[in-house]
Amino acid sequence: MIAEIGHFTLILALIMALVQAFLPLVGAARLNYGWMGTATPSAIIQFLCIGTSFGCLIYSFAVSDFTVINVAQNSNSLQPMIYKISSAWGNHEGSMVLWVLILALFGCMVALFGGNLPPTLKARTLSVQSMIAFAFLLFILMTSNPFERLSPPPIDGRDLNPLLQDIGLALHPPMLYFGYVGFSMAFSFAIAALIEGKVDAAWARWVRPWTLLAWVFLTAGILLGSWWAYYELGWGGWWYWDPVENASFMPWLVGTALLHSAVVVEKRDALKTWTILLAILTFSLSLIGTFLVRSGVLTSVHAFATDPERGVFILALLIIAIGGSLLLYAWRAPQLKGGGLFAPISREGSLILNNLLLTTAAATVFIGTLYPLMLDAITGDKISVGPPFFNATFVPLMIPLIIALGIGPLLSWKRGDLTGALQRLKFALVVSVVVTTVAAYITWGRSIFGAIGLGLAAWLAAGVCIEFGARIGIGRSNWQDVIRRAIGLPRSAWGMMIAHFGFAILVAGATGASIWQDEAIKSIRVGDSISIAGYEFSLRNVDNVRGPNYVAQRGVFTVREGGEIVTTLAPERRRYLVQGTETTESAIYSDGISDLYAVLGQPDGEGRWIAKVYFKPLVPWLWLGGMITVLGGLVSLTDRRLRVGAPTRRQSVPAGAPAPAE
Amino acid sequence: MPRLIFILPLLLFGAIAVYFAIGLTKDPRNLPSALIDKTAPEFTLPPLRDGEPGLANTDLGGEVKIVNVFASWCVPCKLEHPVFMRFSQQNDTPLYGINYKNIKSEAVAWLSQLGDPYQRIGFDLSGRVGIEWGVYGVPETYIIDKEGRIRYRHAGPILPKVMKETILPLITELKK
Repeated sequence: MIAEIGHFTLILALIMALVQAFLPLVGAARLNYGWMGTATPSAIIQFLCIGTSFGCLIYSFAVSDFTVINVAQNSNSLQPMIYKISSAWGNHEGSMVLWVLILALFGCMVALFGGNLPPTLKARTLSVQSMIAFAFLLFILMTSNPFERLSPPPIDGRDLNPLLQDIGLALHPPMLYFGYVGFSMAFSFAIAALIEGKVDAAWARWVRPWTLLAWVFLTAGILLGSWWAYYELGWGGWWYWDPVENASFMPWLVGTALLHSAVVVEKRDALKTWTILLAILTFSLSLIGTFLVRSGVLTSVHAFATDPERGVFILALLIIAIGGSLLLYAWRAPQLKGGGLFAPISREGSLILNNLLLTTAAATVFIGTLYPLMLDAITGDKISVGPPFFNATFVPLMIPLIIALGIGPLLSWKRGDLTGALQRLKFALVVSVVVTTVAAYITWGRSIFGAIGLGLAAWLAAGVCIEFGARIGIGRSNWQDVIRRAIGLPRSAWGMMIAHFGFAILVAGATGASIWQDEAIKSIRVGDSISIAGYEFSLRNVDNVRGPNYVAQRGVFTVREGGEIVTTLAPERRRYLVQGTETTESAIYSDGISDLYAVLGQPDGEGRWIAKVYFKPLVPWLWLGGMITVLGGLVSLTDRRLRVGAPTRRQSVPAGAPAPAE
Repeated sequence: MPRLIFILPLLLFGAIAVYFAIGLTKDPRNLPSALIDKTAPEFTLPPLRDGEPGLANTDLGGEVKIVNVFASWCVPCKLEHPVFMRFSQQNDTPLYGINYKNIKSEAVAWLSQLGDPYQRIGFDLSGRVGIEWGVYGVPETYIIDKEGRIRYRHAGPILPKVMKETILPLITELKK
């Protein structure tokens, strides 16, 4: 019964989406305010329908209703409640419902909080958003119905993939979807603007909070996924350039570029056509990511059960959505009027450089991810380019990006003074050179890139501090004034500096994690020990433990540094009973600067165990820096100018137009 | 013409879409088995139930045979099981099973409850033989010809449609 309600409300949502996709759009073309006004209630109802449907799905999982195929295949009565619930989106069908739910949520938020938008823009934006929703609802109902029944029902379910039974991964997909589905809003605004034929500073101000919100969640989602890979997969890596990771990273790169170019549109009324293109591309990459993960075109550890039929459907959808919007772009964008002029050395200029580097980086990731696919299409060879390709192409692009990131914010709009900016950055240069030298000295003969990476991170961090100091007038005025200025700084300025500073920390963490780790793999007996980087890991004992739906062997390591006990680490090897799969649970000790990481491997049957231990300097900074960056985004989101509903209305509504019927 | 720049993204996407379309025509289930048309790898497995024959590579060949990898914990195996039950009653082609990473008592109970279509069952507790055969997931099915070479591999359950349209015609052809 509950499952049928879920199915039924999904169909209702489909009908609602169809109405919303046309009525407001036609209304906007005919300036019929009644028709335009239908967008608001229909967006809300659409969200409520999908919300009910998703609620029904969660309920079916929570009560382990195995008459529903999806539940039987992806859940098990022994799973702890939290993983029963997260099973609802740990599979293709359920995650698609979550996908459209978030899509509808964004539409609903614009409907509720977009009261200050010009009525035609609001109507068109919601219509475009609803077209996407319609397509995906149709996709779910036709190829991936999560509420299908099974008769006779099995006695118990097949269990969620054990790798996914983890708190990090329970939260990762909702965050990630919130991010990349959230970019649909920027896309819908861009298409609506192309239809209207008008892009101005006000438009940029309306788009930015939605883009920023999506970006914050995408960043957090990617971090969470990376953190999960780090502690759960037991390989000690944090980024694998796996096609599915890349699928979420590409929209992030282009979305970051979009955030920055929208600033130029807002402040200087320039870069309009480029910003529109970025908005289209960001969401297009999200769609392509969805296609890659679910069509079976690429196989990966993350991929959902694949089905070519679904692939054909999503491909058709991609062609209509992306092809259609790019066609509209080719037709309408040339008519958009260009705005303010500026010199190459200026804030705008540096933001363009940022955009070029970010989009080029996204293009290299795109090529690296799809090249194997293309090669397969042409020659039939199955290959993988893997991390060496990305390290050789992506990393060099980040070096000028970071250098420019230190300078850009110090340049003024329109025409900047590069010499003046560099003059002020003298101190940052000194810090950077010192850090590079010290790092090179400490790690002499290992890798020069480590020293360069840390030097760049120091340059950026010092640059942000100098900028902050200059803005609040440290050294120029007395303390009361400085504090008053700091409080008076716009939140968006705070957000930017916090985010850039966080990025500097993240760069330092990534450098340390990639280059300076120390590792050892040995076959040891209880009582033996392994030494790395001045730490001694001794295996004290191996116990058998039992969890709710798994059995495990837990190795207990005592870690000593110079004879003193530092910590105890207890990694596990789990065997999940239902699917018979084994997972490793690594154990990590972090002191804020470096991590000690232990993994218990296979027993050899003669009392010895394969044990892997790592010393990972600066890895904690990776997550810390990432969190600071996310925090920066959130702070910026609270800026008065961006706060939804707060900006003053521009003269966008023609004088004398009747109030929209809502 | 400056307009061209605005058309460029559309053209690029067009090219990418074509590649996607080609990529889709490649069946992801059609995993390239390095073993196709090669002799089955050497192995010897103990029987699942004591006193019965086990399974070894020397048992293959002579006539056309089917090898099916199964486990009691695998739900799709339950799906294909009736198909194999019918097959073993209607067809005299030998059907051998490899019981993959299973607890013995559970596998025995599973077969006695649902019926046993297999003439011989090898018990592969460690999954060792599975690795040599390149088993990608359970269930998986192989067709072995008279010379003992692997001629066909199917990952995923054998549903009635696959049985009728692929397996049976291939067996008839190989028997000629």
